[in-house]
Amino acid sequence: MAEAGRIATMDAGPARRRWLTAIGRQRELSLVAIMFVLGAGVSMIAPQFLSISNFSQVATLASIVAVVAVGEAIVVITRGIDLSVEAIIGLVAYSVARTLELHALDPAGAIALGLGIGLVLGMVNGFIVAVLKVPAIVATLGTLSIFRGIDYVIAGPHQVPLAGLTRGFTDPARSDVFGIPVFVLITIGVVVVGSLFLRSTRFGRQVYAVGSNPEAAAIMGIPSRQVVFVAFTLCGLLAGLAGVMWVMEFGTINGTAATGAVLGIVAAVVVGGVNTFGGSGTLAGAAIGALFLGFIANALILVGLSQFWLQAIYGVVILTAISGDSVIRRSIQRANTRSGAR
Amino acid sequence: MTEALLVSPEPAPATPVTPPPVELRGISKRFAATAALTDVSMDLRAGEIHALVGENGAGKSTLVKILAGVHQPDSGTILLDGAPTLIHGPAQSRSLGIAVVHQEPRLFPDLTVAENVFIGHAPSGRLGSIDWRGMRRAAQALFAELDVQFDVGAPVRGLSMADQQLIEIAKALSVDAGVLILDEPTASLSAHEVERLFAIVRRLRGRGVAILFVSHRLDEVFALCDRATVFRDGRHVVTANTSELSTAELIRYMVGRTVSLFPKVENPIGEVLLEVSGLTRVGVFRDVGFSVRAGEIVGLAGLVGAGRSEVARVLFGIDHRDGGEIRLGGKLVDFATPSAAMHEGIAYLPEDRHQEGLVLDFTIAQNVTLPILPRLFPRLLLQAATERRVAAEHTERFNVRMTGVDQDVGALSGGNQQKVVLAKWLASGPRVLILDEPTRGIDIGAKVEVHRIISELAASGLAIILISSDLPEVLAMSDRIIVLHEGRVTAEIPRAGATQERVMFAATGSLAKDEGDAPGAPTSEANGG
Repeated sequence: MAEAGRIATMDAGPARRRWLTAIGRQRELSLVAIMFVLGAGVSMIAPQFLSISNFSQVATLASIVAVVAVGEAIVVITRGIDLSVEAIIGLVAYSVARTLELHALDPAGAIALGLGIGLVLGMVNGFIVAVLKVPAIVATLGTLSIFRGIDYVIAGPHQVPLAGLTRGFTDPARSDVFGIPVFVLITIGVVVVGSLFLRSTRFGRQVYAVGSNPEAAAIMGIPSRQVVFVAFTLCGLLAGLAGVMWVMEFGTINGTAATGAVLGIVAAVVVGGVNTFGGSGTLAGAAIGALFLGFIANALILVGLSQFWLQAIYGVVILTAISGDSVIRRSIQRANTRSGAR
Repeated sequence: MTEALLVSPEPAPATPVTPPPVELRGISKRFAATAALTDVSMDLRAGEIHALVGENGAGKSTLVKILAGVHQPDSGTILLDGAPTLIHGPAQSRSLGIAVVHQEPRLFPDLTVAENVFIGHAPSGRLGSIDWRGMRRAAQALFAELDVQFDVGAPVRGLSMADQQLIEIAKALSVDAGVLILDEPTASLSAHEVERLFAIVRRLRGRGVAILFVSHRLDEVFALCDRATVFRDGRHVVTANTSELSTAELIRYMVGRTVSLFPKVENPIGEVLLEVSGLTRVGVFRDVGFSVRAGEIVGLAGLVGAGRSEVARVLFGIDHRDGGEIRLGGKLVDFATPSAAMHEGIAYLPEDRHQEGLVLDFTIAQNVTLPILPRLFPRLLLQAATERRVAAEHTERFNVRMTGVDQDVGALSGGNQQKVVLAKWLASGPRVLILDEPTRGIDIGAKVEVHRIISELAASGLAIILISSDLPEVLAMSDRIIVLHEGRVTAEIPRAGATQERVMFAATGSLAKDEGDAPGAPTSEANGG
């Protein structure tokens, strides 16, 4: 209706559109650029920011978020969201730690158990959203509560101490290969495999198609329910991996592990340039988004700002990223409509 | 003949001195390259019911939207009670006393009937709070005036379309609208509900309201309206008293759009590929039957809402039938999903290419291969080279103007996007191709090309169903034309006997319904053919 009238307005040239598209696509680069600028500023106030030990500490911590953010990104690209990831991390972390404490499984078995729990919980989410057709935000809000509740019931007031874990289990969080922290390598591995999966497989293409235009996808015979189910399953699996990493990182685990982490995870996905309305975004972007938020948190501490500011600043970063996106997207649309008389 | 009627004696108005409530002078409106209205002049008088008729795309909706304040004319003058007036927006239109009742009522389902009637101008009590009791009483009074019973305290959700329309009319009365526009109000009403609506509309006429009645149903135009105005291609063709018009004449004014040139290639026609009988989807279409042969183009004509796209959606497995049979190559089929239909060799080019035809975030190559990914890449990994080769092959055939198959499809013009959609479906190797408004909104050059492609495809042995609101297009391209009217097949016309008049007669239901008008039909055919 009203749009039809707007079509007649001036057109922006194809050059302008290409330029805008380029910015929209180069989110990863822009984030890295901002990190450099920020880093330069922070290092003037707090020189230790530039130290290698600080870097690897930040990157290791951010890796846990990045791994889940990759899973979350796949779900968001299909137009979904998974709020239950933090509860999956928590439940997996406690299960793994407790199993080791009880000597029920060896470390490899415990890791497999952790990944298995993540996978199954992801499938539960996928089933509720894809088969029962419950809106993702409601479904995963429910499972967030359920998974966390199970975690509480199993754990009770018990806390697995670092000493309760198998000796050496937490080593990966503190080791490196040729100077690169193991966690960072895990994250890179997840991003590379995941990206290959999204870019170069049938399934990946369908993930983007379902998220970008569900009506068209349906007409083209794309099995969108299966696609959504698999997306949630993968997200659960990666949350399981993050749960295992959580144990390695923190050692001491109780029933509240990772409580509230979902904010940072979703923030990483959004800041990393994944379209909140689905259909576009990259896994590398989500991972870099996690790193970006990690650096901001670190910088705040080093500069001497109170930790309490962190929440507020996350919020500002998220809103800046999203509003920036929608401005760019609208400009692209306007540049495109000149050709699209209805 | 047109001229004769244009200067036909004015029917004596009740009060010739007072200016009409609405007068339009030289209204034009363009949307990008399309002229929606060109130099349109007409008036609405107090106490008359004035029909506005025309084919799909004749400019009726644009006119309604201009009066409703949704669009502003590019040129021309709107005079309300003789005073030139600019209508800037819907709110202003309402405050000027113009009320529009849309085909689909736009109410708030969770609010009560009374709240909906008085939305935006609720009677206020002391301290500016809403006077709920006064509002209910006023709403009841309005419905009493319309002579209908309503529980004004009930929420609107769940009320029938007809009841919701009455609420819209009550809304119009509540602001004392002097001009009432009814945009295809009867499209989804039962015969009984239509009667009730007509009685109310006549009562309003008696109160001096100027009523514009937009309709596809010519029998209703004659039954209800005092005058009729015909639009064609955004131009005013004629305004005349309905008592001085016949159905045949009215149809002749509606049709006769300019024909663009595209060659129809005569193809050898083969075996029956698709056969549909008794196809029914409750409330949408009923007992639809036809067949399409290999190499044949069968046109599905009809007005908006006749059920053409709905039939196509069932054939393609998007929606599901409630009864009837579909045979493909003699074999009984029942598609649960579009992919099942695709698998059997049916392809469907949807009406709305942005909503349903393309993934605008994807490149041309990604769009073309999307439906055939499983076949193209039976193993896990996609190969960009194969994908681009396949996409290039299929787009080349159609002469898509692009920088390359890696270009974003969103950056193409409408005509080229449509060619990409065609390429996409042909890549799936169909036997039956359903085209739903394949040339809507694309420029004339691209249109001719699309027509050439359609002819070639038929020549290659595809069975083609062509759904189009563009009558000349249907007539020029089709070997046979099936006409739908309100969900039923009202005519099947072979190419040789097809004229615009004949199709329009069937599309408006005039052949089937108006036995009394039968003498008109042959006349129109004789003239048109």
